[in-house]
Amino acid sequence: MESLTNRKKVVSDKPMTLWEKIYLPAIISGMITTLRHMFRKRKTIKYPEETREFAPVYRGQHVLKRDEQGRENCTACGLCAVACPAEAITMTAAERERGEEHLYREEKYAATYEINMLRCIFCGLCEEACPKEAIFLTDRLVPTYFERDNFTYGKDKLVESLEQRIDITKRQHTGKRTQL
Amino acid sequence: MDTALLIEKSILVILLFLVSLGAAAYMTYFERKLAAWIQDRVGPDRAGPFGILQPIADGVKMFLKEDFIPAKADKWLFIIGPGIAMFTALITSAVIPWGPKLHLFGRDIVLQVADINIGILYVFGVISIGVYGIMIGGWASNNKYSLYGAIRASSQMISYELAMGVSAITIVLLSGSLSLNAIVEGQSAVWNIVYQPVAFLIFFICALAELNRAPFDLPECESELVGGYHTEYSSMKLGLYLFAEYTSMFVSSAIMAILFFGGYNFPGMSHFSGNTLAILGIAAFATKIFIFIFVIMWIRWTIPRFRFDQLMHLGWKSLLPLSLINLLVTGLVIAYKNGWF
Repeated sequence: MESLTNRKKVVSDKPMTLWEKIYLPAIISGMITTLRHMFRKRKTIKYPEETREFAPVYRGQHVLKRDEQGRENCTACGLCAVACPAEAITMTAAERERGEEHLYREEKYAATYEINMLRCIFCGLCEEACPKEAIFLTDRLVPTYFERDNFTYGKDKLVESLEQRIDITKRQHTGKRTQL
Repeated sequence: MDTALLIEKSILVILLFLVSLGAAAYMTYFERKLAAWIQDRVGPDRAGPFGILQPIADGVKMFLKEDFIPAKADKWLFIIGPGIAMFTALITSAVIPWGPKLHLFGRDIVLQVADINIGILYVFGVISIGVYGIMIGGWASNNKYSLYGAIRASSQMISYELAMGVSAITIVLLSGSLSLNAIVEGQSAVWNIVYQPVAFLIFFICALAELNRAPFDLPECESELVGGYHTEYSSMKLGLYLFAEYTSMFVSSAIMAILFFGGYNFPGMSHFSGNTLAILGIAAFATKIFIFIFVIMWIRWTIPRFRFDQLMHLGWKSLLPLSLINLLVTGLVIAYKNGWF
């Protein structure tokens, strides 16, 4: 039958010729190949001194963003937790009190927000699900610890600090929602 | 025997001991670097500049590891095994002429520990004892993989020793002497490789097999035998096995250089004399040894391992008949030249 992909190969097992049986020509051609590799550019990245450049859409540790006035974007709608295939996200919602308008952008906010970094598979579905542009994955790495408890990140680690804002302008999902 | 000779020989022995051990240590470094280069990597570069202290770090690590003897192992043989491997690897270098005579303190110093007139026989004898280290180690471990490794090593040794010996005999026919010194001096004009390329090829392949180097490293193949004869070994006992392998690689490179590439002879030798000649001769010899070591390592990182039946086929059905034919032709040519027909 005609091959559709055109990648079909006919395997042959015809006996080797004397030239092939001596092996030496094949060995020498192989040695020339390895000799050429000896003078190639090295592929190694010497890690502690150099680090590999991350792709702009690298999916590392999450950040909970604040808006321009420093108010938390998250409204604890729970869509990220629903979207999460690894069940890593959990949160409790609370209502914004009078006088807290400078802290939370909308009437509802996340009182606690926890991501279990051991469960998280860094798929980025939370980022995709978020309607408020609150959660993003960044190019930061989650460090290793000896205790399991340390891997449950609360708001203290997830929410970006006012002084050190995390740049997420390179993410694919930014800018899909116009400012409300 | 006068005292000065005794002192001279003792210094030479100690120097040779240190040089072969140092060479073996730095061969491990060079091998790792070469493997890395061939695989587009950098290789060890953390210990010292360019990783030059890596062998020392490895040695210290080997010494500090736990020295473990399995409960069911034959304790004495288990200890003796690596000792024999290392011992035989080291004593081979006794008959190698390292360079022309050196004039120091008003004496002619021969750069050879023992100029015995059956040097080449001595080398072959010692090399074939070398397999006992592997056999005893593999047997004493009381582990089936080790035993397989030991069996493979001994059968491989028997198969390849024959072709190796026959191709060495052709060199003996050419030079008319069993003394390594005479063989080297006989090559001052033309190296033996010119007359005996086939013998060299056979000798080289057999040397790879005797050294248990790739593509003939079946006694210790990691993928099937998890290390073969040294599976159960740890600490410096393992270190001695690995060291013995590199030391014998150094020595067999020297022997190949002597038998086929003129030893310490180099082109344009007649323009020099005295100590300059000696030093240049040693340098030439060292260069040849280095090239051989490089080629052996280069082959290791190029060619995959043979299957065991292929190994036996090659040894008995190809190399042995080929070396016998080569011997016959050489003998006939020499007889014709001497006017025996």
